[in-house]
Amino acid sequence: MNPKRKSRLILVLLILAGTGLAVALGTMALKENIQYYLSPSEVKAGKAPVERSFRLAGLVSNGSVKREKNGLTTHFDITDNVETITVTYTGILPDLFREGQGIVATGKLSDGSHFIAEEVLAKHDENYMPPPVQDALDKAKGMQESGEKAQ
Amino acid sequence: MNIWKSVMKFIYHFASPKHFYRISGKLIPWFGWLAAILLIAGSIDGLFFAPVDYQQGDSYRIIFIHVPAAWMSMFVYMVMASAGAIGMIWKIKLADVVASSSAPIGAAFTALALITGSIWGKPMWGAWWVWDARLTSELILLFLYLGFMALESAIEDPRAAARACAILAIVGVINIPIIHYSVEWWNTLHQGATVTKLDKPSIHISMLIPLLLMALGFKLYYATVVLIRARNKVLYAEQNNRWVKEIVKQSG
Repeated sequence: MNPKRKSRLILVLLILAGTGLAVALGTMALKENIQYYLSPSEVKAGKAPVERSFRLAGLVSNGSVKREKNGLTTHFDITDNVETITVTYTGILPDLFREGQGIVATGKLSDGSHFIAEEVLAKHDENYMPPPVQDALDKAKGMQESGEKAQ
Repeated sequence: MNIWKSVMKFIYHFASPKHFYRISGKLIPWFGWLAAILLIAGSIDGLFFAPVDYQQGDSYRIIFIHVPAAWMSMFVYMVMASAGAIGMIWKIKLADVVASSSAPIGAAFTALALITGSIWGKPMWGAWWVWDARLTSELILLFLYLGFMALESAIEDPRAAARACAILAIVGVINIPIIHYSVEWWNTLHQGATVTKLDKPSIHISMLIPLLLMALGFKLYYATVVLIRARNKVLYAEQNNRWVKEIVKQSG
């Protein structure tokens, strides 16, 4: 390779290495701020801001959804299977909101474990499959669990 | 060193405007028709034969546009940046032409991914837009494409423009792994990877097939359009050469 081309190749590699390093340092410094939400465990560990709005995400606990009589206010628990936080929300919930579903709620903590949400978004996972396959998977899982219990 | 030299000789030969013009003219109809067939087959399979999703029902079908467009937005950027680097290091004009021909196509794919994502996000998440790491980095990609195009048109001397654009494209490459891994490195509202991961794809085969048909169709569509655009640019740049004048004379 002639020296001119070589020096230009080195220049390209230096640009790549330089921007790579700068961006890596920048994103590492901002790591906490780039996080879109906190998990219930992180909130319980005291990472949530006090009296300031933040996002909380996790799964809606099975059997925890209770609607008030006015029809708009909903109480439910968000869990990451370690810690659980009770959420209260007044408004229309997204289509995908249901028990066992992942959600992201924006709002404030009113005390250590009660969260008042202003907005609730549903977070769907990366699995795509037709309903019969999902039913079969659930059934297989249920059989496995009951088998384990029988033993 | 001899092998290296003959490889370089072959590349320079292929990259000569006249040969590129001839070969690309033969490739374009093949790519174009294959793209059309794949896109029609993928759309029919995706819209009519693929089953509904257990969570999202019929709404998930926008995946067959959204995901291929998002993949292409990153793929085209990699082509653009590599071509820019090759043009800068080896001074192959055709590489600069490919880079500049790719920019508007890549920008269009990025815009399509963002728009379809937004349309999908409203019913499923409950929001048109959120500032999570995946959506934000994809928006930056759109600005990189637009910046490339703006820079190119702002510099009059084509060689200086190609050099400046190549540097911008190379600097922007760092955004590609950020887009891809954003859903792993940070908490995002956007879902994690369904197909492009080391694990088995978490999508049923009956939905994966139309998705891959569409992805291949998008790729061939890009190949067709980038060749047409590059061909026009080559012809315009070489307008004073004899072989171009002969082509003009032949076509009347």
